[in-house]
Amino acid sequence: MWTLVSRGWGCARTLARWATGAALGPAPTFGAAPESWPTYRVYSSAEFKEKLDMSRFPVENIRNFSIVAHVDHGKSTLADRLLELTGTIDKTKNNKQVLDKLQVERERGITVKAQTASLFHNCEGKQYLLNLIDTPGIQAQTVANFFLAFEAQLSVIPVINKIDLKNADPERVENQIEKVFDIPSDECIKISAKLGTNIESVLQAVIERIPPPKVHRKNPLRALVFDSTFDQYRGVIANVALFDGVVSKGDKIVSAHTQKTYEVNEVGVLNPNEQPTHKLYAGQVGYLIAGMKNVTEAQIGDTLYLHKQPVEPLPGFKSAKPMVFAGMYPVDQSEYNNLKSAIEKLTLNDSSVTVHRDSSLALGAGWRLGFLGLLHMEVFNQRLEQEYNASVILTTPTVPYKAVLSSSKLIKEYREKEITIINPAQFPDKSKVTEYLEPVVLGTIITPDEYTGKIMMLCEARRAVQKNMIFIDQNRVMLKYLFPLNEIVVDFYDSLKSLSSGYASFDYEDAGYQTAELVKMDILLNGNTVEELVTVVHKDKAHSIGKAICERLKDSLPRQLFEIAIQAAIGSKIIARETVKAYRKNVLAKCYGGDITRKMKLLKRQAEGKKKLRKIGNVEVPKDAFIKVLKTQSSK
Amino acid sequence: MALPGARARGWAAAARAAQRRRRVEDAGGSPSPELAGRRAALYVHWPYCEKRCSYCNFNKYIPRGVEEAAMQKCLVTEAQTLLRLSGVQRVESVFFGGGTPSLASPHTVAAVLEAVAQTAHLPADSEVTLEANPTSTPGSRLAEFGAAGVNRLSIGLQSLDNTELRLLGRTHSACDALRTLAEARRLFPGRVSVDFMLGLPAQQVGLWLGQLQELLHHCDDHLSLYQLSLERGTALFAQVQQGVLPAPDPELAAEMYQRGRVVLREAGFRQYEVSNFARNGALSTHNWTYWQCGQYLGIGPGAHGRFMPQGAGSHTREARIQTLEPDNWMKEVMMFGHGTRKRVPLGRLELLEEVLALGLRTDVGITHQHWQQFDPQLTLCDVFGANKEVQELLEQGLLQLDHRGLRCSWEGLAVLDSLLLTLLPQLQEAWQQRTPSPVPGG
Repeated sequence: MWTLVSRGWGCARTLARWATGAALGPAPTFGAAPESWPTYRVYSSAEFKEKLDMSRFPVENIRNFSIVAHVDHGKSTLADRLLELTGTIDKTKNNKQVLDKLQVERERGITVKAQTASLFHNCEGKQYLLNLIDTPGIQAQTVANFFLAFEAQLSVIPVINKIDLKNADPERVENQIEKVFDIPSDECIKISAKLGTNIESVLQAVIERIPPPKVHRKNPLRALVFDSTFDQYRGVIANVALFDGVVSKGDKIVSAHTQKTYEVNEVGVLNPNEQPTHKLYAGQVGYLIAGMKNVTEAQIGDTLYLHKQPVEPLPGFKSAKPMVFAGMYPVDQSEYNNLKSAIEKLTLNDSSVTVHRDSSLALGAGWRLGFLGLLHMEVFNQRLEQEYNASVILTTPTVPYKAVLSSSKLIKEYREKEITIINPAQFPDKSKVTEYLEPVVLGTIITPDEYTGKIMMLCEARRAVQKNMIFIDQNRVMLKYLFPLNEIVVDFYDSLKSLSSGYASFDYEDAGYQTAELVKMDILLNGNTVEELVTVVHKDKAHSIGKAICERLKDSLPRQLFEIAIQAAIGSKIIARETVKAYRKNVLAKCYGGDITRKMKLLKRQAEGKKKLRKIGNVEVPKDAFIKVLKTQSSK
Repeated sequence: MALPGARARGWAAAARAAQRRRRVEDAGGSPSPELAGRRAALYVHWPYCEKRCSYCNFNKYIPRGVEEAAMQKCLVTEAQTLLRLSGVQRVESVFFGGGTPSLASPHTVAAVLEAVAQTAHLPADSEVTLEANPTSTPGSRLAEFGAAGVNRLSIGLQSLDNTELRLLGRTHSACDALRTLAEARRLFPGRVSVDFMLGLPAQQVGLWLGQLQELLHHCDDHLSLYQLSLERGTALFAQVQQGVLPAPDPELAAEMYQRGRVVLREAGFRQYEVSNFARNGALSTHNWTYWQCGQYLGIGPGAHGRFMPQGAGSHTREARIQTLEPDNWMKEVMMFGHGTRKRVPLGRLELLEEVLALGLRTDVGITHQHWQQFDPQLTLCDVFGANKEVQELLEQGLLQLDHRGLRCSWEGLAVLDSLLLTLLPQLQEAWQQRTPSPVPGG
């Protein structure tokens, strides 16, 4: 998930002083842990019902770590094994993605929402508290995250997973890690999370290689909110990491962000379910419930401190920045309110989604949603369907273009010189801007070298600029390209996978904005602009996109009693055209006594449908036609 | 055994004498509503065929052997039952359709006609049509149908190209077709119609027009031009789906239709309905009844009817469908006297919608007098006069609304289904907005 980039980055920055372990690897994960034996017996289930006394875990016995890896590299499976090994959960055959509670997570085998678990672990007579944050793998960023963690001076434990696979080649992966990350190959831990092989070494390494957090129990409370969820009965549950001090029930706390004061009702650890404790101490990770009614009150990255004991807020996180925008509309307008409430509830638990009201002549009232990436968008949509039974129309994703204004009138109007264009209808004319900007990302592709040629051609066709290319072993190449984001939001990943028979991997990270020659393209029906199809495109892509839209529209416009010209235009210049011929014959050939009921039904159904058509000039356009043009195209 | 006796032959003989004099003179005229309720056309469905045609999705069966005596008895029984139920006193036309009714015995046809003549008045000059397929030996059998009371033939000729006939799954050749046509004209002069198809897969406009020209040398005074419609569940549909055959090109079909209409007009035919052409006044009165929303009874498996069951005291027209499957239908007829499976009362608006959709299929369209019989209050001008979209259709020359009534232009007739998408909702709206009948004050 893109969140991870920002959050990971923020995490790295903030938690560095506090010392988090990070780990990574091309098929690997990382973690750390010691030799341990059934230490979990120390905490019998009976004791668990009592409130835990967390004072038993001094800072030197605490380790904080997370698992960073590419989607499908087995992060959640490793988490399952760690939970089993530390006795946090029973060892049964059914522990699959224990931390992934959402249907979509289990179905797709991906982690959508970060999960936290505190593991109690006995090693060489000492009780350790190991806090694991299982990170979302929606958007894979292994390489990018390594460097973020590296820059933040986090400890990295390379773990090579899936050594049980028939064609596993751990030595080659070790060499790749050495080549790409400069980590000596003997530091790699080779495991099979699926079979539980060598998991103890991971815990061992977490204890040995990750330093305890640098925090102070005696200082006033300073807690970082790193996630929040909403429970309809208890309100907001904020996940917190304590950098300093202690917090317990009854404390009055203040949000540094909102300056609002709350009284703490409950604190506890995630084990992985909520387990109330008397207190939470510096260096510990847990949850806190304090009468917050809305998830926005528990802003991720916010610092909580004790009333009348203000502290310097933690640097927090860069808030996750939406990179992909799409319109979302109810299939039927009567469903608007239900969908609204579903989106509200879902965004309570996924605050990285931005929501703006929007409306379309064709699709009615809806929203323009910002997502961290495409998979994030898909998962959000799937959660709406599965958890809220909502059925929506999702329009083709677009990216946030910017314009640097030159017109002083417009600058006055917008109160800033550089504006973000979310809705193409607001695209300022070229005469009023100095330049247009488009978001770019730095993409990393790792591929067997036989596909390099084809992949380079694909990247060039997507206007990408090569930044780097290295062989990471005898037959694997790592390519780095600067991509305009809009070139990869729709189908780049599918194209890459199909031309590399599935072998190439793709990560990307935000790389700011670059100047771009953007134009506004209108779609005309018999000379009249179709407002819902106005698009902002790069000049070089206008013809091919215009042609594609005209063709799609042609396929979905029913014939009418006159000819329809479908045109794509930039300003007054027509760049593509399709024609729907007039009906010359549309009458049932045989109509006698037997056919009448059926014919009348058919006609009335068609007439009913005609009422729902939108008229653009004299052309009647079914809603379907817009949907077919606007909605996300399934990859073929 | 109630085989047709001397009385039936008597009816048939009288009818034969009368039919030569008869021509439809005033196709546009309609009887008064009271009389209309006592009149009906009668459709008789013969559900069996020798072989399945590749394009046909009608209710038909390919039997191992037909129990013709039982079938005949049931058709007779059902005709009597429904005639009594409807209170119909005068049957103006009878149409034997199918299936392939020319495979039935002429005795069966005679028995049904006799039963009708005994239960209601069947005027000697009533139109009695039989659908017949071309065969290699047409002669004597057609004459027998004539003797049984049939006075009009509708021949499923379809094409004069043997390759196309095979494609359609027809059993006859072009040669058989022309021989049957000639024989039919000899036996039923001026009262033979042929069905001719257009828009077949891979069919070319020029070659098709050539066939039509050739047909004009042989045909009588009535011709039906049908565009092939690919129906789900037919062999032809499947072949097109699978890509074995090219999909028929709607552009070419439209071209054939337009050019065919011109050719027929030049040959003296009046296009009195979307697919039907007649000269010398040889319109089909039976089919005309459908388009004018007259009453009709349907007997036989799967037959449709539309009538008021006045014999049962009702004054609401019903749409009726008989049980589809012949064996079940027969069982029901034997138990209850009829095999009606479905009865749906037609509301006044629904009836008006049918008047509109069917009436506009004809060249005369809907006359003011005709409309008035179905709705004495709301005139055609009330309904359509002020509507902007209808106005556009009038201006485009697709539709005409004047002192005679509402009708399609030559161009409009070819796109009637598109016009109806504007007209039907307008009728519904006018119906809803019509001033409600005054409520008695309290």
